[in-house]
Amino acid sequence: MAKITLSNLRHSYYPNPKTADDFALKQIDLDWQDGGAYALLGPSGCGKSTLLNIISGLLIPSEGKVLFDNKDVTNLPPDQRNIAQVFQFPVIYDTMTVYDNLAFPLRNRGVNEAKIGERVLEIAGMLEVTDMLQTRASGLSPDNKQKISMGRALVRDDVNVVMFDEPLTVIDPHLKWKLRSKLKELHQRVRATMIYVTHDQTEALTFADQVVVMQMGEIVQIGTPVELFERPNHTFVGHFIGSPGMNVLPCEIREGRAFFNGVDVPLEGEIRGKDLANTEIGIRPEFISLGPKGIEAKVRKVSDIGRHSIVEVDVAGSKIAVVVEDEPPNLGDTVFLIFQQDQTRLYSEGWLATRNGGAS
Amino acid sequence: MTIWLRAGRPNNLPVGALAGALIWPGRDRPGFLVSRKNTMALELVGITKQVGSQTHIKETSLVLQPGHFNVLLGETGAGKTSLIKLMAGLDRVASGKILMNGQDVTRLSTQKRNISLVHQFFVNYPHMTVFENIASPLRVAGFAKSEIEGRVEAAADVLQLRPFLDRRPHELSGGQQQRCALARAIAKESNAVFLDEPLANLDYKLREELRDQLPELFAGRGAVVVYATSEPEEALLLGGNTGLMNDGRVTQFGETAEIYRNPMDLVSAQVFSDPPINTARIEKLGNRAFFGAADWELSGDAMGLQDGIYTMAIRPNYVLPVNTSDAFVPVLGKVQVAELSGSQSSAHFTLGAENWVSLSSGVHPYEIGQEHPFYMNPAKCFFFGPDGKRAV
Amino acid sequence: MKKQNNRAWFFVLPVLVLVAFNALIPMMTVVNYSVQETFGNNLFFWQGLDWFEKLLRSDRFHASLGRQFLFTGSILAIEVPLGIIIALSMPSKGFWVPVCLVTMALPMLIPWNVVGAMWNIFTLPDIGLLGYFLNHTLGIHYDMTQNPLAAWATIIVMDVWHWTSLVVLLSYAGLVSIPDAYYQAAKIDGASNWAVFRFIQLPKMKNVLTIAILLRFMDSFNIYTEPFVLTGGGPGNSTTLLSIDLVKIALGQFDLGPAAAMSLIYFVITLLVSWLFYTLMTKDDQK
Repeated sequence: MAKITLSNLRHSYYPNPKTADDFALKQIDLDWQDGGAYALLGPSGCGKSTLLNIISGLLIPSEGKVLFDNKDVTNLPPDQRNIAQVFQFPVIYDTMTVYDNLAFPLRNRGVNEAKIGERVLEIAGMLEVTDMLQTRASGLSPDNKQKISMGRALVRDDVNVVMFDEPLTVIDPHLKWKLRSKLKELHQRVRATMIYVTHDQTEALTFADQVVVMQMGEIVQIGTPVELFERPNHTFVGHFIGSPGMNVLPCEIREGRAFFNGVDVPLEGEIRGKDLANTEIGIRPEFISLGPKGIEAKVRKVSDIGRHSIVEVDVAGSKIAVVVEDEPPNLGDTVFLIFQQDQTRLYSEGWLATRNGGAS
Repeated sequence: MTIWLRAGRPNNLPVGALAGALIWPGRDRPGFLVSRKNTMALELVGITKQVGSQTHIKETSLVLQPGHFNVLLGETGAGKTSLIKLMAGLDRVASGKILMNGQDVTRLSTQKRNISLVHQFFVNYPHMTVFENIASPLRVAGFAKSEIEGRVEAAADVLQLRPFLDRRPHELSGGQQQRCALARAIAKESNAVFLDEPLANLDYKLREELRDQLPELFAGRGAVVVYATSEPEEALLLGGNTGLMNDGRVTQFGETAEIYRNPMDLVSAQVFSDPPINTARIEKLGNRAFFGAADWELSGDAMGLQDGIYTMAIRPNYVLPVNTSDAFVPVLGKVQVAELSGSQSSAHFTLGAENWVSLSSGVHPYEIGQEHPFYMNPAKCFFFGPDGKRAV
Repeated sequence: MKKQNNRAWFFVLPVLVLVAFNALIPMMTVVNYSVQETFGNNLFFWQGLDWFEKLLRSDRFHASLGRQFLFTGSILAIEVPLGIIIALSMPSKGFWVPVCLVTMALPMLIPWNVVGAMWNIFTLPDIGLLGYFLNHTLGIHYDMTQNPLAAWATIIVMDVWHWTSLVVLLSYAGLVSIPDAYYQAAKIDGASNWAVFRFIQLPKMKNVLTIAILLRFMDSFNIYTEPFVLTGGGPGNSTTLLSIDLVKIALGQFDLGPAAAMSLIYFVITLLVSWLFYTLMTKDDQK
């Protein structure tokens, strides 16, 4: 297992990149601790797959370095980096049995058969595939195939890092959570450094101890799932994480106070920074409640999703989503919104511009 | 099993009148059923589908109405796509009838049914521009040039494809490609639109966005919209009516939120739950229910049950790690996995031989492998008899 | 319970009529000939299974059947590995892809009798480009009209030249359909080039290779035109393959009965071996 350091990493798919837009990765500096569970989260085209390929060695970055335990591996090919990877679509060796599939990475490295047998049985036990060890891998269901792919990645105990590239794409929703929990459990047991790449917030947040949110080739925020949910650094993170995402409402700043639609909205703390521009209030649907008075709004849409309702209201042309736990209002009703003060933040040019605490 | 819900025809018109007055209004496009707002209904009367000795669709009867989404929810292999293929005419039924607008279309080919189909994979003609892609079904139907342009532009506006009309599909992102496929379905003004997991291959956030727009897109178009999905949450967000599918059978059909609250049988409760609904065998004796070490006083309808063994089911969000009411029943579970996703915590735990899940808002720390008390809300339990049917 | 609709048979009728005319009726004629003896004048005498028995005991038949198997075996042993090697070394994208594909397809576009004639002239010891080069420049004695070994080498090289492309194109189609992730996974798993070939490329090419081998087997087992034009079955009988022998008996000696019996045995062997090949190669998929 190893600590992973990415320093001054930039990458472009063009031979002579000129503007910043030519770079798929603009500037990445990261330190990942040994044995951590990390996720790279972002929409398609944000550069997360590029970054993954650079770490695995399938791609050599245009600039910057990749270090494993402070050792420069930037120019090493994948097979010399001692890494493992699970791909979006299950990669299995059709003609082999499940056992041989799991043993393959060990056999290629000349491990003796007794040791191989021991490791394969151990991993098969963790993945609950022991009873299929002697069957041919080609006839398995997609989720079992993906389990075998994961098993191949985990069977070596000397890997520096295990990477997962959207591994649950082909898995049925009712099995997704099972594999997700399995993966989490495996991490807790083997304690390898794991990097999980996905566009799915649920997968990223449930798997990782620390999530790296990326957008357009840049890291927007690194934090624990709770931090990303509660204090997004940027409106993009607020929008991207959470379903529905954070409400972002245009506001005016007068004498250090924020006004939305003419109403003074108390913020979590004092405003920092001087050159405020394009100021917006950010508040999550979970932290808005309906009360007898507050910001007046009209109900536009009500979606009952079982455990709660998502109510969409309109305030002077701004759309606001509210999570309502009990009986939702009716369509067209006038309601009053109350923003939970310690969860109401100000953003300037997209970036967080309030200090934590002060008010609560 | 057969399910009849909301039978009856729109506007109470007799079938014959509908067929006579509305289906052949002109001779400009012979063979096409012409849509009329809010008069369409798609009826399946006891249809089955057999492939070799295997039954893919067991006897199914449904009435699908326009004006809201008709969601088909079920796991992969439950028969959603098979059913859609039958309705679209891409497959022939083994028995039964399919009525569109009251007219028997069972033997009508797909081309003559005037339907649209949007797939999970973005199916567009790669050599045509977006404009041509959207226009293609209209050209086949022989519309005038000016009308084609008008309809294509209107559809492109709704789906925000205006700036891309001259591009080819490979120059578009996945979301735009799927919007192009949707625009084609909208421009055609079909009698029925089948959406077979149209968002499954899109990014999470994009999925959210399009899912939000979809019901509005088709609102007021008078077409019957059928939407297949394998995600329970998607069905809830889309609203409308939902048919739950399992093993080639529609187990329950009705208003989405209503059937979520009132599953008719255990299978339906299981199909419509993510994470999976918690189940346990309980014994009812007198006024009390016994479950492992726990027992509690029954209330409401459950008191009227005969004494005996039942399967109890309770959704994960009614099994909480903290006690907020005296009425809650404590159970002791051994935590296997804990997950945290921003606003929600979930714990997978074992309870005797059962695997249960608890889903709660906020952040709850769990220790893996340790016993932890959970509290279930007895008022939210469903009871199913030995035959799987809902007892209360 | 289910109502059977028998109208479907009506639609199959035209095909049945067509098959009857171009396969069933000629075949029945052959069967008819194979159990009778004729001396012309449309006079036939019942012969029973005599022809079959004689043929199966005849040394001549054994020899030409042996040569046929030797020929087919040799060309399969060369064309399949060679085709795979060429397919593996072809580029997977870029400008050279269409160039390679077209070059590969060229030999297959030439009519069979032209191929025979081409190679005949090409290998003539005195005026043929190859023949002259081998004899006069390299000093190797090579004359396929005199030397059986040279004749054999020539028909095999000719067939390899003509048909290896088929194996190449089919294998190539199989190869380009393998997703990149497989190669990346193999790299990460530390697999050698041989292991990549053995466990990824070969299994993914299996289906197309089955088709390639079947096609090449049937084609080469029934081959007639090219060797006939090239060597005429000589020198002596050294390259008289089954089909050439059959034509000699049927049209040269006008022994219709034995020729008919031979065609039927020939047909059964082709069918049997094809079936055997196919079952063996697809056996694993049944599991």
